[in-house]
Amino acid sequence: MCRLLALLLILFAPLAQAAALGAADARHLLNRAGFGATTQEIADFARLARAEAVERLLAGAVTEARTPLPAGVEDYVRPSRLRGLSDEEKQALLRTQFEIGVALRGWWLEEMLSTPSPLSERMTLFWHNHFVSSQQKVKSARLMAQQNRLLRRHALGNFGALLHAVAKDPAMIVYLDSATSRKEQPNENFAREVMELFTLGEGHYTERDVKEAARAFTGWSIEPETGEFKWRPFIHDRGEKTVLGRTGRFDGDEVLDILLEQPATAEFIVAKLWREFVSADPEPQEVRRIAARFRDSGYEVRAALRALFLCEAFWAAENRAALIKSPVDLVAGTLRSLAFDTGELLPFVFTLRQLGQDLFGPPNVKGWPGGEAWIDSSTLLARKQFLERLFRGQELRGRGRDMDGAPARAERVALRGGRLGEEGRERMRRAMEAVRFDSAGWLARGERLRLAPQDVLLPGEPAAAAPAGAGGLERIRLLALDPMYQLK
Amino acid sequence: MKRRDFLRWIAVSGGLTFLPARAWAGAAYERLLILVELKGGNDGLNTLVPFADPAYHRLRPRLAVKREEAIQLDEHNGLHPALRPLLPLWQAGELAAIRGLGYPSPNLSHFRSIEIWDTASKSAEYLQAGWLARAFAAHPPPATFAAEGVLVGSGELGPLAGGARAIALNNPAEFLRQARLARPEMRADNAALAHIRKVESDIAQAGTRLANAQASLRTEFPRGEFGNAVRTACQVIAGGAETAVLRLSLGGFDTHQNQPGAHANLLGQLAEGLAALKTALQELNRWERTLILTYAEFGRRPQENQSNGTDHGTASVHFALGGRVRGGLYGAAPALDRLDGNGNLPFAVDFRSLYATALARWWGIDPAPVLNGRFETLPILRT
Repeated sequence: MCRLLALLLILFAPLAQAAALGAADARHLLNRAGFGATTQEIADFARLARAEAVERLLAGAVTEARTPLPAGVEDYVRPSRLRGLSDEEKQALLRTQFEIGVALRGWWLEEMLSTPSPLSERMTLFWHNHFVSSQQKVKSARLMAQQNRLLRRHALGNFGALLHAVAKDPAMIVYLDSATSRKEQPNENFAREVMELFTLGEGHYTERDVKEAARAFTGWSIEPETGEFKWRPFIHDRGEKTVLGRTGRFDGDEVLDILLEQPATAEFIVAKLWREFVSADPEPQEVRRIAARFRDSGYEVRAALRALFLCEAFWAAENRAALIKSPVDLVAGTLRSLAFDTGELLPFVFTLRQLGQDLFGPPNVKGWPGGEAWIDSSTLLARKQFLERLFRGQELRGRGRDMDGAPARAERVALRGGRLGEEGRERMRRAMEAVRFDSAGWLARGERLRLAPQDVLLPGEPAAAAPAGAGGLERIRLLALDPMYQLK
Repeated sequence: MKRRDFLRWIAVSGGLTFLPARAWAGAAYERLLILVELKGGNDGLNTLVPFADPAYHRLRPRLAVKREEAIQLDEHNGLHPALRPLLPLWQAGELAAIRGLGYPSPNLSHFRSIEIWDTASKSAEYLQAGWLARAFAAHPPPATFAAEGVLVGSGELGPLAGGARAIALNNPAEFLRQARLARPEMRADNAALAHIRKVESDIAQAGTRLANAQASLRTEFPRGEFGNAVRTACQVIAGGAETAVLRLSLGGFDTHQNQPGAHANLLGQLAEGLAALKTALQELNRWERTLILTYAEFGRRPQENQSNGTDHGTASVHFALGGRVRGGLYGAAPALDRLDGNGNLPFAVDFRSLYATALARWWGIDPAPVLNGRFETLPILRT
């Protein structure tokens, strides 16, 4: 038997080698699982077989960010501190909070660019867009950073554990108005969103279920003076509730467990992962198959991702170049794959906001809709403008103005209301001046690794005809401005 | 009067609710429709306040707008005090309030309910295209228009989703400067690429027609995001770029907590913005040819919650404004004595009646095929 196995191994060894990914598959996997693969990463992964490559990505996941949090984020501003301040002091405090919020956004972008596991950041962002909270409402940068840490810790961990933790996360409690929900009149906001957006999806519950579940979640609150979670038994409704056909004196955790028991939950999450990683149109049969595996694993996120990355549809020709890049894909991906040198990331924080993806500030509890909604006439032009500006960095230096002489849009956004002030403007100018692209070095690396610029930058053939004979930096610029560059 | 004009006159005149199909004369898209979305679900009860109804004060011991604070329109109804800038329009008979707009089996999810409004679907029906996109597919606005619809502020396509030639704008001058980066000649062999190509060609077309968009106006616009959006909308019109629809949006109406200050602020922005819109449209000689409608996914629950706010509701009041609007109150007063099992209001007027009114009486196109059914139009327009 053993000899037979050995013989089989020898016979199939060449096949196993032939199954190495190659550059196109490697770029596809890396750009879907992370942001903007570098030439070196593509070359490394090109030698691996599919299963090997997928295992390497999953095994490389991290649970902590390595970029230290910016100063001031950890300070907690008690709401009561605002009382008794003069208008001037209030303004100053709000300005500081705004600046800390900007720094926090820059911090996450920095982590996306420097992490050894882009997949971990992509999944953290995925959960940020699933368990949505926005700093616009939560206000406190510390609570937002704390939620971000929670999302990263469980990003490739267990979905059930993440759901339970996020339901008691102070930023979430503030965001969905749960803090004051009491038995006399429970607030339905969290109960509704947890069913509609976090677990079951629309159509799998009734208004009655929302009302009953809202009673179970009463008492999950925060301590305003510290911003910590606080259980308030006196406002909790201990009565009997009926949720999705089950009756009992449920508390919030028990209701979450009932939601996790529903097959609809696994299918809802897997379909969303499919749209993130595979295509805009989940295949129902495949979703059910992968969801069953996800549920059987006890909601291990890795199990779902492994099944997704290894399913035929992920690699199918019709699903290549079929997803529209998010602003993070575009901005972080461009800076990563072209190995841009950057200083402070401040300008790119504003670019992301302008392109419609303000980190820590999704538009509403449903998150960014994504897909085709990323690109309308105004954001498509803004994307091209961003790319043009990057490649014209030389001309920009020392001016802080775009090529038409008007102050750059991101800067104007930042300056509205003078929130960044003169010092902020100066920082912005310096940050733009620090952006450098070593096109000669980048091209040389590609030649050494036998990867043409197009193999690294585009998920397929260019969509627009490029003028003949363009080479060097101009060639790179044209590839980045090709409509195909908007896809992954 | 030419036959075509006569038919159009019939189509847009009041009284003839259901016209035979042959009477539709082709769309009068020189008449502009401006939609204003109140994102998050505006509290209708505190917008047009039924101050004489004791049930209103009983349901809202903390949140009710007091009789003496409301801007009284008659013995029963008053505007929220922050809506004072709209009072001159009311007095001029150019402001209509349509009460109780909603639909059967209301959905309380923001996202599903706005989808129902945007696609003009039934509660349990899922449609892909927005109601305006369907109208424009059947009756295309002239190809010379810069766009069929212009979205200012939010880029969400809403009623224009699913094929309308729409552009999203924040600043016309900047749009124009950037439009030279568009590349409409490209292949498109999958849906994502096809989407990008469509956007590129919409940009190219709009860009060529927005050339004068920097026209300046004497009207003063209020500060703030909504005021800026109103200014941008007016600049598009002033520049001579034609479009059938302009869509503005004002967000933040999901007032679950601490509603009074936030809501007053939003209504104030809305009222000041709409008043400036009227001034600018008069300056541009377009007020008679503009119909402005507000809409939202739902109203708020009549009973206030413990957080000094209101939860998701159902039917609500919306405004129609314009030089040809027949001012007054329409629909029915909120039936606070007939709340449903969730404590929400029954609707009095189907929201698709409002759309049918815009389609039939404003543009003169047959609303039935667009709305997949016949809905009574509202007599809110003067002939």
